[in-house]
Amino acid sequence: MSRIVVAEPVLKANDLVAARTRGLLHDAGVFSFNMMSSPGSGKTSLLVRVLEELRADYRILVLVGDIQTENDARRLRQTGVEAIQIVTGGTCHLEAPLVQRHLAGRDLSELDLLVIENVGNLVCPAGYDLGEDCKVVALSVTEGDDKPEKYPGIFLRAQAVVLTKTDLLPYVPFDPAVAERHIRDLSPDVPIFPVSTLRGDGIGAFTGWIRGRISALPRAR
Amino acid sequence: MHELSLATSILDVAAAQLAAAGRTRLLRVEVAVGELAAVLPDNLAFCFEVLAEDRPALAGAHLDVQVRPLMVRCRDCGGEAHPPRPVMRCPACGSSRVEVSSGQELEIVALEVE
Repeated sequence: MSRIVVAEPVLKANDLVAARTRGLLHDAGVFSFNMMSSPGSGKTSLLVRVLEELRADYRILVLVGDIQTENDARRLRQTGVEAIQIVTGGTCHLEAPLVQRHLAGRDLSELDLLVIENVGNLVCPAGYDLGEDCKVVALSVTEGDDKPEKYPGIFLRAQAVVLTKTDLLPYVPFDPAVAERHIRDLSPDVPIFPVSTLRGDGIGAFTGWIRGRISALPRAR
Repeated sequence: MHELSLATSILDVAAAQLAAAGRTRLLRVEVAVGELAAVLPDNLAFCFEVLAEDRPALAGAHLDVQVRPLMVRCRDCGGEAHPPRPVMRCPACGSSRVEVSSGQELEIVALEVE
């Protein structure tokens, strides 16, 4: 009997593909973020607003993952931005090879921003690196202000948090200060953007953060 | 999370390592799972052992899951500690300038083979 030391991540194959994607995006000067949240928190509606604000200034591609239907890609395309639907057929999160396959053969230097909208789920997407620069988590005020405490894994990795549906605050027992405290417990310095997609409140602050990240990237080499 | 697909990945790595080492039978795999990796150890071990039955060189192998607690390292006082709840604050000095040193991993540590 003998012992073989392996010391490798279980998701090594995924991580290798993600690292390759990250390298290609960086070489092309593309900023990317992976938008995650539970189902129904308003990711797609938020992104529609974001695309409307950014489309005139940047060249954008959206990849959107769902278990079934092209519905989200159709909604996103109405902004005039190219959106590709990734139908996972049952898988509850995106994995790096799926993203890589949808970028293969494209001239990435023709892009400034890649938005990846993950499948709605607060657990599994957190474990899979897709090759993105940033993980952005959306939390809607209808979900409960203790969500970050219940799903620490995803909020721990978040590099920005968007608090959505703030127009519903008068009608729901959600305390933004409690949510913020739970978010800060896990990610002390993370920027938090309260938004109402319906009214347009706060969208500019979030898109301002995206603009800052795009201009901080070195341009295509 | 995806204990079934994670178990498949572990078996694939084990099979490749077994072949590379010129060995014929896998006895045991040690994996480390962080407390925040969202993986159920018993579930992972169950999936592993069921899937191993279908592969001749791997059948009967056991999976040992070591659960790694969340540990944070403090950039102010230099200490490393396990916070009682998943909170990014140094239990010793209260600073929030901490980084996770373990507790998120999902790693194949080693194999025992024959």
